[in-house]
Amino acid sequence: MRNTFTIAGKELQGYFTQPVAYVVLTVFLLLGGWFFFAMLRQFDEMVQLIQMMGQNDQLKDMNLNTRVIDPLLHDLSIVLVIVMPALTMRVFAEEKRTGTYELLLTAPIRTGEIVAGKFIAAASFTLIMVALAWIFPLILIIFGDPEVGVMFAGYVGLSLLALSFVAVGLFTSSLTQNQIVAAISSFGMLILLYVISWPAEAGGGIVSSVLTYLSLPEHFSTMTRGVIDTSDIVFFLSVIVLALFLTQRSVESARWR
Amino acid sequence: MIEVKNLTKSYGNFVAVKGISFKAERGQILGFLGPNGAGKTTTMRIITGFMPASEGTVEIDGLDIFTNSLEARRRIGYLPESPPLYSDMRVESYLRFVAKLRGVRRMAVDGAVEHVLEVCGLTDMAHRICGQLSKGYRQRVGLAQALIHNPPVLVLDEPTIGLDPRQIHEIRELIRGLAGERTIVLSTHILPEVSQICDKVVIINEGRVVLEEQIKEMPAGTLLEEIFLHAIAREGHVEGASPEETLEEVGAGHSGA
Repeated sequence: MRNTFTIAGKELQGYFTQPVAYVVLTVFLLLGGWFFFAMLRQFDEMVQLIQMMGQNDQLKDMNLNTRVIDPLLHDLSIVLVIVMPALTMRVFAEEKRTGTYELLLTAPIRTGEIVAGKFIAAASFTLIMVALAWIFPLILIIFGDPEVGVMFAGYVGLSLLALSFVAVGLFTSSLTQNQIVAAISSFGMLILLYVISWPAEAGGGIVSSVLTYLSLPEHFSTMTRGVIDTSDIVFFLSVIVLALFLTQRSVESARWR
Repeated sequence: MIEVKNLTKSYGNFVAVKGISFKAERGQILGFLGPNGAGKTTTMRIITGFMPASEGTVEIDGLDIFTNSLEARRRIGYLPESPPLYSDMRVESYLRFVAKLRGVRRMAVDGAVEHVLEVCGLTDMAHRICGQLSKGYRQRVGLAQALIHNPPVLVLDEPTIGLDPRQIHEIRELIRGLAGERTIVLSTHILPEVSQICDKVVIINEGRVVLEEQIKEMPAGTLLEEIFLHAIAREGHVEGASPEETLEEVGAGHSGA
């Protein structure tokens, strides 16, 4: 266990002393801010329009949660799909390139400790990123009257989503020396998990159900609407565990080839 | 202390190491000599557990590096061909990190780092960033990380490669000072290194051992260079000369001429 935290500590320090992490953080918050601003403006205009037209009973439908936070969270998740692979691409690939991989694999530590340590560091940084994005709900709380519980649920969903992106990114990084390959593969996998339900028909049938279950946005949507369902949590945790398991296998395989 | 038996390593059709066997006793400095591409680095990597052998065994202090990997690795300090430094870490933090990974007790980490900085002449460089060090200092930090946990076995892959004459002298003095109770295997293609520092020499060529001999038992008056060139010239026969024959021939060549 001690080794896990030694590695996690060193990795996390690395995130704060290298430019990549800051760029990712800035891009994420900047784009988030832009989307937030755009959504809020649209919301504001619609409210004014309705009031101008005198259809005040329609104001009931103008809900800060469903019209601002919900779409914002979905936009943020798309930004994450683009930005997380950039954060995770170097985690293993860089070590292989610079030769420090040899240091890790010849030290008396288990492969699992290496993978766990790196995941903890990446996850911690990611959660800090998501936490910083809480500034948007905060603004709404100060100036408006949104449902905090629903927003909180949405952010829990975003955190779980982000963590599964981290796990997938770690896996692709462990497969190659080339950071670009790692980033693109990760990006590809995440897109796939996003669009996997497209061929599913509304009707049903087992294939449709499976495809729909595997779709990341499906589980995410439930949470952005304010429902923390254990089955969704289990889904995300399964993705994370599976990706980390595959990563461990991939790193371990170096000892067997 | 280190026993290598019948080590074979093939990459697909290419056999890099063919049935290598040798022994290094406790307290011995063994020079692993061979031309470039002979299989030195591959052998070093197998001995330290970075990659597995296709056939054969390596025992460190009686522990098999493959089946008892964790325990065996604890006893080894390894300096790979290029020092495994993290370029964005400071020397001191880096050494602390390696110390913890290699199992140095928390209380003892500070002392170990200080000691190893002194032994390797790095006290002035402790706060420098690894990426900014010159080649000579990088090599020293590499040696420092190999020593930090006071291992009974040291494996050094080309420790003086690329250094200027003064640095080479310093590193050799360092290594000589380290022997005592430690078993050291150092691989090189620089002959004076072996004749000056080592107790025993193993010459390999094209993946096979062509000579294994104690330095003091070598025929007086023969240059290591002659032995080396003679030994590798004889390779290419399916049944290579036995080490004794090689020495006899060189000796005969001397007295005959």
